[in-house]
Amino acid sequence: MMDVPEAVPALVDSQPLLGRLESALEFARTSGADAAQATIAVTQGTSVGVRLGELESVEYDRAQSLSVTVYFGHREGSASTSDLGREALRETVEAACAIARYTAEDPHGGLPRRDDLAENVPDLDLDHPWLESTDKLLEVALCCEQAARDAGPMIRNSDGASVNSHRSLRCYANSLGFAQAYGSSRHGIGCAVIAGASDEMQRGHWGSSARRPSELEDAGSVGHRAAQRAIEQLGARTISTRTTPVVFPADLAYSLWASVAAALSGSAQYRKTSFLQDCLGQSVASRQLRLYEQPFLPAALGSAPFDDEGVSPRERDLLADGEVRGYVLNSYSARRLGMRTTGNAGGVRNLTLEPGADSFAELLGRMDTGFLVTGLMGRGVNPLTGDYSRGARGFWVEGGEIAFPVHEVTLAGNLRILLKQIVAIGNDPIVRGNYRSPSVLVEAMTLGGKSG
Amino acid sequence: MSADLLADTELISADLEAALDRMMGPGADDGDVYFQRRRSEHWSLEEAEVKSAGRGLRQGVGLRVVSGERMGLAHTDRLEPGALLEAAACVRSFARQGTTGRAVLDLSRSVNDLYRPADPTGSLSADEKVELLHSLDAEARRADPRVREVFISLSASHDQVLILSAERRLSTDVRPLVRLDVRVVVEQGGKREQGSAGGGGRRDYGLFVETDRAKGYAREAVRRALVNLEAREAPAGVFPVALGPGWPGVLLHEAVGHGLEGDFNRKGTSVFSGRIGEQVASELCTVVDDGSLAERRGSLNLDDEGTPTGRTVLIENGILRGYMQDRTNARLMAAHVTGNGRRESYAHLPMPRMTNTFLLAGGHSREEIIASIDKGLYAVHFGGGQVDITSGRFVFNAAEAYWVENGRIQYPVKGATLIGNGAQTLRMVSMVGDDLALDDGVGTCGKQGQSVPVGVGQPTLRVDGLTVGGTRTGA
Repeated sequence: MMDVPEAVPALVDSQPLLGRLESALEFARTSGADAAQATIAVTQGTSVGVRLGELESVEYDRAQSLSVTVYFGHREGSASTSDLGREALRETVEAACAIARYTAEDPHGGLPRRDDLAENVPDLDLDHPWLESTDKLLEVALCCEQAARDAGPMIRNSDGASVNSHRSLRCYANSLGFAQAYGSSRHGIGCAVIAGASDEMQRGHWGSSARRPSELEDAGSVGHRAAQRAIEQLGARTISTRTTPVVFPADLAYSLWASVAAALSGSAQYRKTSFLQDCLGQSVASRQLRLYEQPFLPAALGSAPFDDEGVSPRERDLLADGEVRGYVLNSYSARRLGMRTTGNAGGVRNLTLEPGADSFAELLGRMDTGFLVTGLMGRGVNPLTGDYSRGARGFWVEGGEIAFPVHEVTLAGNLRILLKQIVAIGNDPIVRGNYRSPSVLVEAMTLGGKSG
Repeated sequence: MSADLLADTELISADLEAALDRMMGPGADDGDVYFQRRRSEHWSLEEAEVKSAGRGLRQGVGLRVVSGERMGLAHTDRLEPGALLEAAACVRSFARQGTTGRAVLDLSRSVNDLYRPADPTGSLSADEKVELLHSLDAEARRADPRVREVFISLSASHDQVLILSAERRLSTDVRPLVRLDVRVVVEQGGKREQGSAGGGGRRDYGLFVETDRAKGYAREAVRRALVNLEAREAPAGVFPVALGPGWPGVLLHEAVGHGLEGDFNRKGTSVFSGRIGEQVASELCTVVDDGSLAERRGSLNLDDEGTPTGRTVLIENGILRGYMQDRTNARLMAAHVTGNGRRESYAHLPMPRMTNTFLLAGGHSREEIIASIDKGLYAVHFGGGQVDITSGRFVFNAAEAYWVENGRIQYPVKGATLIGNGAQTLRMVSMVGDDLALDDGVGTCGKQGQSVPVGVGQPTLRVDGLTVGGTRTGA
């Protein structure tokens, strides 16, 4: 399936932690619980912040936590602690057991089916240590901010650059005999600077994160893009209210797929709180749309060898030809809906929109005249109705070319309609955490601005 | 008090002092040792059953050194002397020579006593909590037959902190916090809508039981959901907006609150930087931040640097008067500390944050304010908001709003984002109501990845122009 990854020394030895989990499960059993599951997560790392060429902050992080869920028949209780000592462990399990006496019987509750548990735990090459020394992280941060400040005389101030490097170990065990651990890393570079002209100030931000340091965007390029984003907003104005086509660039389009994934989650489906209610097999989006999961992508931010319940995730389509092909299920929501878990306890895994044929420039050309959004503010999405209304900034586009920057406007519509109005998909995918999306062109949204 | 807090650990207060000594090397301007133990619980109901509940414990020590504009933090959840000294050695190296300025520490400020220190999780028995949730579910369903789903969550935390400051002053605070939220889904003719309501504060669960406050939340959630069933498309464009009292104060929090935090102003990245003494709002506006209100969600006896909280006037009759400060930014700006140094936990660096931020009452009645609107919006309930402090642009999401024409409320409109500019919006406040109210205690503020509980408030206001992000054009 992939190259054998180079072995890296683990952040911490997983065996003693799996032993802790074993003790927790044993405490639960002797307390009368019929079943139990427990997780330990340990994270360690360093964050460095610089501003105006000087070190501003250093944070050394080390966090650990254990959480346990116990089942007495179909009643459940849970508890968590940051103290992994034996006594704290016992108290935590006892607290979970005590609480389970008061929760209601739920026939759908409990552990996953034994035959759903992951049989193989593939090494997905998720753990890559980066720079060990704080000085090296500092160097990267300084280089990033310097590139931003060198981008032009319009860059007048800085909110600084930050670099962080973390590694984690996640251990999960349940009373069906499953006990596994995997390590992962996450590194990031971010920068925010301020461009000014007369009494106007505009902020620009850019960032990159990855499990493998070599997949991070170059520090200088992160800084440069942050600066460009600030500079290009100078002179922004508001425009009049209108209905207009809109291009969502790759770094913002992913937010649409996050809303779709939430709407297709088992909990939204059984609670009947989804704008895509009971839509399995139905056409809900433009025929061009294929949205799929890639849980085993090597070294990817959304990859995992097993989900939060020890179930193997799977490569599959959520949407294909615009039709809903599956829900996002954990074992509980699956039982509620009379289905089988899809290994999504903890969410979707590398949700990907299949790229189309158009370059970004071609997408703008296809739009001809309309709005290119570059920043969105506020949540403004109603998960029950799909009503969408957010603050926006970006560019007005004429004849497929950027005409001038726009700010202080709103974008509104309804996701049910918007999904069907995606008329073109770009060939420019980028990674944003758990999402991979190219740019998309939406046929029509309401842009709110000044009157007239 | 301090002895109690450390009693369950291998630490004694001398260990905290030893750690402070080790990390405060030459060049260190400030620093602190922050010990925290937070116990919490949550209970949730759906489908008329209490299906899940849990308890949590989180504890640890954060060690911070400040030198000039630099800060170093190391934290540990191993509560033993060795781990503390290790962490102290880790941050020590980040001090450097050369101090800049001195914070004005007002030692005459008295210590507050704003809430009772008892653990709120014990204020009702488990049976009583379950019964409370069931009674609220029943109340919501009884309120209207169109109610389909009811989701309720009840939570409490008991946060004990012990702060050893650079001048070796040991402060403690024990902070209870409770919260209750009710969300309902209603259905009529195949159309589904939701509404929510809730509240909380630095109290025990008695807050919800006394005077049937909790049942009021249940009925209010149903009412809001039913209003949304009738809601028509919101307009798009710039309109005068009347904002109701209480929670709509999230406008102030976003429009001016963040922009008046000391760090942004020291760095010159806020639209309000360097503008003390200037007119930044209409003369009708006086805005304060007050962390010393009894039992409020945003209140603290002392901030997370050990400074007693108090009332800070931010804007007085439209004139910018002051910023909210922590020790570091006060020192660097030669300003007074204001008791606004807050951190999410021992694992986070403190920074200037709001507590309870509100606008003082004026002279108009709510009716007069609504009657003044020719064509516009009357918005009474909001979701969250967000601000870009540099450009001053902010948004907040209306959850319950009405279209007003000729001074009369016409019909409810769908939730819509409102967008404005902090430097301009408060200049456009043309009427201030006499009905100042604080919110019910549900606010959580996020800044640089850290969340802290806050309060907001205001009387009914008229803003002459905000951009409303609806879908209806040509209104």
